[in-house]
Amino acid sequence: MAWLDTVVQGVLLGGLYALFATGLSLIFGVMRLVNLAHGDFSILAAFLAVVAVGASGLNPLLSLVVVAPLMAVLGYGLQWLVLDRLLGRGVLPAVLVTFGFSVIIQNGLLETFSADSRRLNPGGIETASLPLGGGLAVGWFPLLTFVVAVALLGGLQLLIGRTAIGRAFRATSDDGGTAALMGIDTRRVHGLAMALSLAIVAVAGIFLGIRTTFTFSSGPDRLLFAFEAVIIGGLGSLWGTLVGGVILGVAQTVGAKLSPGWGVLAGHLVFLAVLLLRPAGLFAPSRRVDT
Amino acid sequence: MKPLEIQRTTTASRVGAALAALLMAALVALPWVGDAGMMRMAVEFTALLVLAQMWNLLAGYAGLISIGQQAYVGLGGYALIVLADDLGVNPFVAVPLAGLVAAAFALPTATVVFRFRGGYFAVGTWAVAEVYRLLAANTDALGRGTGRTLKAVFPLARETRELGTYALALGVGLAALAAVYVYLRSRQGLGLMAVRDSEPASESLGVDVFRTKLLVYVMVAFGTGTTGALIYLNLLRISPDAAFSINWTAYTIFIVVIGGLGTLEGPIVGTVVFFLLRETLADHGAWYMILLGALAVVAMLRFPQGLWGLVAERWDIRFFPVQRRVRITK
Amino acid sequence: MSLLAVRDLSARYGDFQALFGVSLEAAEGELVAVIGANGAGKSTLLRALAGAIPSSRGAVELGGRSVSGLPAETLVGLGMVLVPEGRKIFPSLTVEENLQVGAYRGRPGPWTLERVHALFPVLRERRAEPGTNLSGGEQQMLAIGRGLMANPRLLLVDEISLGLAPLVIRRLYEVLDAIRAEGTTLVVVEQDVSQVLAVAQRVYCLRKGAVSLEGVPAQLGRAQIAAAYFGT
Repeated sequence: MAWLDTVVQGVLLGGLYALFATGLSLIFGVMRLVNLAHGDFSILAAFLAVVAVGASGLNPLLSLVVVAPLMAVLGYGLQWLVLDRLLGRGVLPAVLVTFGFSVIIQNGLLETFSADSRRLNPGGIETASLPLGGGLAVGWFPLLTFVVAVALLGGLQLLIGRTAIGRAFRATSDDGGTAALMGIDTRRVHGLAMALSLAIVAVAGIFLGIRTTFTFSSGPDRLLFAFEAVIIGGLGSLWGTLVGGVILGVAQTVGAKLSPGWGVLAGHLVFLAVLLLRPAGLFAPSRRVDT
Repeated sequence: MKPLEIQRTTTASRVGAALAALLMAALVALPWVGDAGMMRMAVEFTALLVLAQMWNLLAGYAGLISIGQQAYVGLGGYALIVLADDLGVNPFVAVPLAGLVAAAFALPTATVVFRFRGGYFAVGTWAVAEVYRLLAANTDALGRGTGRTLKAVFPLARETRELGTYALALGVGLAALAAVYVYLRSRQGLGLMAVRDSEPASESLGVDVFRTKLLVYVMVAFGTGTTGALIYLNLLRISPDAAFSINWTAYTIFIVVIGGLGTLEGPIVGTVVFFLLRETLADHGAWYMILLGALAVVAMLRFPQGLWGLVAERWDIRFFPVQRRVRITK
Repeated sequence: MSLLAVRDLSARYGDFQALFGVSLEAAEGELVAVIGANGAGKSTLLRALAGAIPSSRGAVELGGRSVSGLPAETLVGLGMVLVPEGRKIFPSLTVEENLQVGAYRGRPGPWTLERVHALFPVLRERRAEPGTNLSGGEQQMLAIGRGLMANPRLLLVDEISLGLAPLVIRRLYEVLDAIRAEGTTLVVVEQDVSQVLAVAQRVYCLRKGAVSLEGVPAQLGRAQIAAAYFGT
């Protein structure tokens, strides 16, 4: 029973990882851009929530209403002013510039908020649990996180699959030059993709900050887990990302149960195993595997 | 007389050679002219310079953008401790041996990370570095999270140790620079630059792309590992979070981007700028890193050829020329 | 009245200059053919007009209004639409979605999904399949349909005959003529001279990036055209 509980926790944790992974995979899909500061942006959002909560006494979950749009605007602006210039110049500029962002954000957070670890307090929901019968109970909050993750993923899938802007995303991802010939402003599409990515990662960051403590340097690990979830699930598949996140989450919780220091490492090892055995990921659509 | 001549040295390169000789003389004299603090800083300078040259070779010439080279810094550092303390090897001899250990780890690592390309290759190298960090932090023999101290040097007198480290650093620095220079001027080096510029084209000309990249990756791991060992010979205390820290990559990237990617002189310029900034901003903590990051971003946007690149383009100077010029003699 | 007036258009790809001061005109309701050998600059001309070559220089007027230097997406909004060489169907979109994305700018006009389906019934039959599942000829129909969905005033059509059977090509040209009859102006680039001259009101021949011949097809002799085409 204890194992089942561990696995369930891992599954729910996977929902959070899928949230982190979605933003990363979205901009990679649309622009072939890997944002090395992805995790740091989520932590930035968490700290913004700290400020919002401190200033207004709002519940951190409600602070999302302010923080997510703010991060979206930031994403649009960064893409428009800086990142768009780097597309089409090869891999190096984008890697270096987003790495530079990562350094700037982390050290900016360090300067502003010191090295103290923080946590967002939603007033008790994070410790409440829901009994499922048979002696099994799940935390309300992890369950909520998972539900939110699935809802956001579903919403994104609908957006991309059924709307005009979704078609624009896909067309731009296929062939930016021809997309422009359709009347699509690809620069705006890139900006929107980045805005969406940062908004989603803001949600992820705040949920993370409620679930556990975080510091200025918590970003890079988020990036790694997001990356691993995307690769395990397979590039180009949103639901694959969810499964990838779940597999990673379960690997980590099971690993941690076996030996406390081995949780994260177990995740890395599962990731490496998938990479060696099935490099395209578990659910990759046959079309695109490579950058 | 042939109508075309391949020219490989220029006036500038002869000037550069002369300057280098002068610098060498100054460095050799330092232990007698300067103090221990200056020698320690020289060791740090050399270490960062070699790390930068290595990363430059990987990214600027081979086109492999890795942000996980700290894996080899850590592996080299820990290998030093194990070789010197546990296996009784002379600590100075252990430094290049530690480089070999790092190179040995690079082979299986390459089979994993070479499955990625571009931006995902970068993250993949980082993931691998994290795996090494966690392995070190979870291994009792390596001191787990607290790390270990290099005890093999305790029997030595302090001056001897410092002089030995300094001499070793000079040797490593020179050897690394010479090796990179010779390699790039060789046929293999030409093949490497062809791979960077276009893999399909170079493949069609008979360059074995995979082997070339693998060879460079392993050689760079050797250089980085040796430097890692040198760093911890200097610092004497190693811990997983410090040895495998992403900061090694952050500093290296800054140095190479500001100095000039894809040139041999660039990393030298970059390291000088880095040290100047560090000494001037020493008291300002995180602002220093913020400035570094911002400068790297601006450099990438505005002058991607780096400071040295600007100079070289403007005045067509190359102290360490690796191109071949075709001169038409008639 | 000229819908399209081009004066002194030049374009380069890096160090290579592909167009040298090309001038041409298309009157409203005309089908203008641009012919020439491979590498003569025909596709470059269309791409430059469509805004896909930002470095191009020269004066381009659409309906009397200057549109020089405007980006591709803006030109679509103004009614200048390119059906690109090689079809360039989006693989991630279905046939239907490829058509829908053509209407992204939402320009008002007579062309709707139903009308495009009427023109090319195969696009309705295979609407849910990925766009690239179609055969070459069907993809060309999809590309043209996609262009029409933007309700263009001026439709630029680049090399539709490549890789297609003569029967299919003839059918496509009948369609182009029908589109012209409905009021759309067309500039058609083509290597297959006879097919396009049968429906064109005016022809320009390009050679090495410059105009080597201009005139009304009926008034030009074969030898004249061949000379302009090949440069003998």
